[in-house]
Amino acid sequence: MLAYPFMQHAFAAGAIVAVLASVTGWFMVLRRETFAGHTLSVLSFPGASGAALAGLPLASGYFVFCALGGLAIAAGGRRNPQRQSAAIGVVGAAGFALGFLFLSLYGGVLESLESLLFGSFLGITGGQVWTLAAIAFAVLAYFAAVGRPLLFGSVDELVARTRGVPVRALHVSFLVVLGLAVGATAQITGVLLVFALLVAPAAAAQRLTPRVPLALALSLAIALAVTWGGLTLAYYTNRPVGFFVATLAFAVYLACRCWPKSSFATR
Amino acid sequence: MLAQEFVRNALIAGTPIALTSGAIGYFVVLRSQVFAGDALTHVAFTGAVAAAAIGIDLRFGLFAATVIVALLLAGVGDRARTDDVAIGVVFVWVLGLGVLLLDAAGGGSIAARTLFGSIFGLGTQATVLAAAIGLALLAALVVVARPLLFATLDPEVAAVRGVRVGLLGTVFLVLLALDAAEATQAVGALLLLGLIAAPAGAAHALTTRPYFALALSAGLALAATWLGVAVAYVFPTMPPSTAIVGAAVVFYAVAMTVGAVRRLPDGSRTPIA
Repeated sequence: MLAYPFMQHAFAAGAIVAVLASVTGWFMVLRRETFAGHTLSVLSFPGASGAALAGLPLASGYFVFCALGGLAIAAGGRRNPQRQSAAIGVVGAAGFALGFLFLSLYGGVLESLESLLFGSFLGITGGQVWTLAAIAFAVLAYFAAVGRPLLFGSVDELVARTRGVPVRALHVSFLVVLGLAVGATAQITGVLLVFALLVAPAAAAQRLTPRVPLALALSLAIALAVTWGGLTLAYYTNRPVGFFVATLAFAVYLACRCWPKSSFATR
Repeated sequence: MLAQEFVRNALIAGTPIALTSGAIGYFVVLRSQVFAGDALTHVAFTGAVAAAAIGIDLRFGLFAATVIVALLLAGVGDRARTDDVAIGVVFVWVLGLGVLLLDAAGGGSIAARTLFGSIFGLGTQATVLAAAIGLALLAALVVVARPLLFATLDPEVAAVRGVRVGLLGTVFLVLLALDAAEATQAVGALLLLGLIAAPAGAAHALTTRPYFALALSAGLALAATWLGVAVAYVFPTMPPSTAIVGAAVVFYAVAMTVGAVRRLPDGSRTPIA
């Protein structure tokens, strides 16, 4: 299986995506911003179809739209949950509407629609792997730099604010970083299934342990196992990789839900 | 324009769908359940593909899938509230299932039709059925509106006064599921959220009076649908679903701007009318 270059690329890209998604996802679940994460992943659909229409490389469309989406959602603020959820929903619907428009202007090839929405791992090139690695490096550098204040601000926003943590700036920058991570992940799993890697491993890890380093490591291990497992199963069964990734992630999450709650998750 | 049968069908089916989605959207936003609504609309896709894979009427699959997932979401949420992590994990798996079924059914056109809808593609029979279901849903919503409002704004007091808060939460999710399945035929599983969240978000930005906001939300959804149908008719390259959702998003943006301008320095708003 690993003798083929396309499978090597898929495994390498899958590993990078697993690192990105699990770390970012852990903060996302902690900050209760799963809906924002889902909506940002949606924005990679107009990003990709818009880039195809404009004749640009698809990856650039993913990253630009997802990062802009992060800014748009951040503009909605974080205080009022009703207004925030409405704003996120509208951004998502607008994203789908734009993407559909771009696709129909482009001439709407259905095969590309399916792979945009549900992922394809056969077409990954060496160049894409390097782009992914660069993005992953930037995102991990962000977390290394602001991980502690971000954690503080996520766990207790009020106290963090009084202690001088720039909560607002962290909120905006986190959403942009989330957009970048999601844009990268969407290239492998497809727009609709990003969530499988973003939310399930992180939620499972938070269920298992309240200790931050251990939880991050667990989240990473689960994401990696799910990605590689999904790729392997897809290779041998010739069925869509998105299905296997989603199912494996769901199974892990269910198994961890049965585990006794850790103190972090009960918050 | 109205001489064309497909336009008439689109308006006849679209009107009750828009009114129901706008009205239900008001509660969705009020209860901060937009994510649950999003999940239910996406799940409709799997239902339709599953029905296609086993060769039965698509509408049956739509309604079955959304109602089952609505009950599931009501079950995992605590006390009529839903847990967003659980929603995310459940619906992504259901979508994954949809991908597998799509692969098995081997149909790209089913995917495009359910994901993005085709309000111009409704036959006469489908139109009558869609309109009837839409009206029934609207009537059901009117019946539960008052206790639902009470249970949403103050669950504790409502429970003390004998309102079945948990049951109402479940009933509401089921109504939302039925609406999602119904509206998927018109605007598609992916775009439907625009019709639910955008008019309601606009209404919330403009007024705090509940019944006025409820009517305003339904009215804006209706206006977006009619405008969208007209725009898509005039510009054939514009998909009708995009035109409808686009109009709703524009309404939302305008309402947010107006709402921001009207807000007083202390954060309260000048009352409308």
